[in-house]
Amino acid sequence: MAEVQTHEHDVLIIGAGGAGLRAAIAASAAKVSVGLVCKSLLGKAHTVMAEGGIAAALANVDERDSWGVHFADTMRGGQYLNDWRMAEFHAKEAPACVRELEAWGALFDRTQDGRILQRNFGGHRYPRLAHVGDRTGLEMIRTLQDYGIHQGIDVHMERTVIALFTDADRIAGALAYDRERGFFHLFRAKAVVLATGGIGRAYRITSNSWEYTGDGLALAYEAGAELMDMEFVQFHPTGMVWPPSVQGILVTEGVRGEGGVLLNKNGRRFMFDDIPENYRAQTADNEEEGWRYTQGDRNARRPPDLLTRDHVARCIVREIKEGRGSPHGGVYLDIAWIRKRIPDAEERIKKKLPSMYHQFKQLADIDITREPMEVGPTTHYMMGGIRVDPETQMSTVPGLFAAGECAAGLHGANRLGGNSLSDLLVFGKRAGDFAARFARERTLGPLAADRIDAGVRRALEPFQPAAPEAEGPYAVQEELQAMMQDLVGIVRHEEEMRRAQEAIGKLKERAARVRVAGNRHFNPGWHTALDLPSLLTVSEAITRSALERQESRGAHFREDHPSKDPEAGRFNLIVRQDGAGSMRVERRPIPEMRPDLKKIVEENG
Amino acid sequence: MPGATFRIWRGDAAGGAFADYSTEVTEGMVVLDAVLRIQAAQAGDLAVRWNCKAGRCGSCSAEVNGRPRLMCMTRLSELPLEQPVTVEPMRAFPRIKDLACDVGWNYEVKKRIRPFKPRPPDAPDGTWRMAQADVERVQEFRKCIECFLCQDVCHVLREHAKHQEFIGPRYFVQVAALEMHPLDAEDRLAELGQTQGIGFCNITKCCTRVCPENITITDNAIIPLKERWIDRHYDPIRRFLGWLRLKGGAGSGP
Repeated sequence: MAEVQTHEHDVLIIGAGGAGLRAAIAASAAKVSVGLVCKSLLGKAHTVMAEGGIAAALANVDERDSWGVHFADTMRGGQYLNDWRMAEFHAKEAPACVRELEAWGALFDRTQDGRILQRNFGGHRYPRLAHVGDRTGLEMIRTLQDYGIHQGIDVHMERTVIALFTDADRIAGALAYDRERGFFHLFRAKAVVLATGGIGRAYRITSNSWEYTGDGLALAYEAGAELMDMEFVQFHPTGMVWPPSVQGILVTEGVRGEGGVLLNKNGRRFMFDDIPENYRAQTADNEEEGWRYTQGDRNARRPPDLLTRDHVARCIVREIKEGRGSPHGGVYLDIAWIRKRIPDAEERIKKKLPSMYHQFKQLADIDITREPMEVGPTTHYMMGGIRVDPETQMSTVPGLFAAGECAAGLHGANRLGGNSLSDLLVFGKRAGDFAARFARERTLGPLAADRIDAGVRRALEPFQPAAPEAEGPYAVQEELQAMMQDLVGIVRHEEEMRRAQEAIGKLKERAARVRVAGNRHFNPGWHTALDLPSLLTVSEAITRSALERQESRGAHFREDHPSKDPEAGRFNLIVRQDGAGSMRVERRPIPEMRPDLKKIVEENG
Repeated sequence: MPGATFRIWRGDAAGGAFADYSTEVTEGMVVLDAVLRIQAAQAGDLAVRWNCKAGRCGSCSAEVNGRPRLMCMTRLSELPLEQPVTVEPMRAFPRIKDLACDVGWNYEVKKRIRPFKPRPPDAPDGTWRMAQADVERVQEFRKCIECFLCQDVCHVLREHAKHQEFIGPRYFVQVAALEMHPLDAEDRLAELGQTQGIGFCNITKCCTRVCPENITITDNAIIPLKERWIDRHYDPIRRFLGWLRLKGGAGSGP
């Protein structure tokens, strides 16, 4: 048997962003032993980058808000492909999760009467996002981290999981390597929670860091679990476009929430030119009303700049394609204009958007209190992921749970800003609770030595003597990213996606031949090589699903099928491995919504 | 395209040396871009930590031309490129490989700090009320991204290696955030002098100067903590009263 160090935990959690940390806290509160594995150092996960806030119907700023309105907003944003049961849990449980963070030391911005302040965000009817300036994610991850480290959780930092093991019908453990020394670790566990986040590194322009290679999705898929909604990749409308080295870095929607507006090169507020039918009633039709909304006028409707992300991203692409973009291939996002409206604008921008001020000043030489920013869409978030039971977050593999971005269901065809942080809390907690319950009722399953050996052998292949046509991992990764960006991006077409499918096949062959220099000691080349299979699995699932959905809905836009097809609104696409190990995509009907929820949706039309 | 030379430290705990790499320089580039470009094209196994690339996660700390910096926020345009740009790991921590060093000590120190303990809720629904002004004072400290550059530059750790007796600026910031938290009811003053070594800090303010989040570490966190600690332990009036209580003995009653 290969040399591996064995660890045993009742519940193993993979990923230490908001969902993983929250799951670990929940599981350890249930008095089971918990191991938490993460690819980076603790506290560095992508949650830290979340800016705008946590959506929760606390109704502190507008008492008309309620879980029902939040539920209806989430369903509308997701174009009704969401798992409505998850959307219900989410809307109902988010407020308690936010209050819990406060009880653990989080310090949110305050209302006049000292309660948690909430801000406006795209697709949310009322000011709903609990926030800390524009660094809410940092506040959240630090609060969970500082609370979590005192709960008896075993943290294994800088370890990457490369395989899951099942025993007969349920999860039994995971194989990982540690980045520092390159040693292998076997984690035996009664239950496993995947909380590995997104897939942004499948694309060239992304807000995600090196970590987000879709590991959890690929691991679950390989273990026999079902994936769902893989065609829905969120391209955040506002990423930085210039200079090239910062391309893709996120510019928070909070800029628009605070009164920032999108302009084309002619200075036109182009978002007024195309307001979708299903949002027309609740969207301002003039600039004045939009401004009043951002300044807290409860009778004003929100400006079209704050329409859902899928729509805003497409409008920006349209402006750029039709020659009305900014010099570096974006459009303008202007918050500086509010100087004309309020006397202390500079102060206010710096106070409400300090990270944005800092980011542009330091990285782009732009003073956002005086000049507009240049922005364009960036790959940001995966709505799809591992299909889970809405209540327990268990996947179709018993004992394998998933929460947060790597799970599917809550967001449907498009996620509303702010619904991610609340997702992490609500479903991280649920996954931790139910994983602990599952673990308590079981013993550790056996692990077959030959499968562990095979996993180790596969991981060490990049160190084998160079095969003919061998190449380095970075070139393959870059090519995949460029290909996905060009062929399966914001605007999709069957012919291009067929080419993408072909390209993925070839890249798989090349990935199998990748060789790396050096040894196992902290070797990013090797790590990149081991990330490639996950990226390829995820890219294939996205492409196949996007081909299968022959309509345009939410984040998925087909140039060859530009309108919404009511029939296609009745199913989700499921991706799974067939008996022969090939990828299959199938349509799964969406269950009829419960009448009481349907009524809530209708009332909030 | 103009180029530049990067003199990057390569090696591990056993030792190493600087190696020169040339790469082209494009508009807006930061040191991290150059390092990653070199990694992708010339040195596949070059160890470096990074995540957000926007100064938000605090992973890519290193010493650039001898100064502790976040590589992702150090623009090449602010460096003299006619000479090689040196990039080396933080010196206050053990080396692992190339630019990655062992910052595990920081995580151990953090565990020793008494956690947040809130006062009972203010409202019947279990929530609290806080004024924005009170929150803001602490929010400054909570901006910390744990890049550990302040720990790296602090001579108590860097030169005197007092890692066992001194928790460093980062954790004084954390203690200050807890002590000044409007809801916190814990008392952490005793440890400050005894096991956390606040007395070692002689206010040279190096930490404040390197903080990428512009936290006024010395003035707003460390000095107020020192004052609180001194008030508690060295205030002559308190000492006198304590002496009186002691003299009064058990018989004097409450």
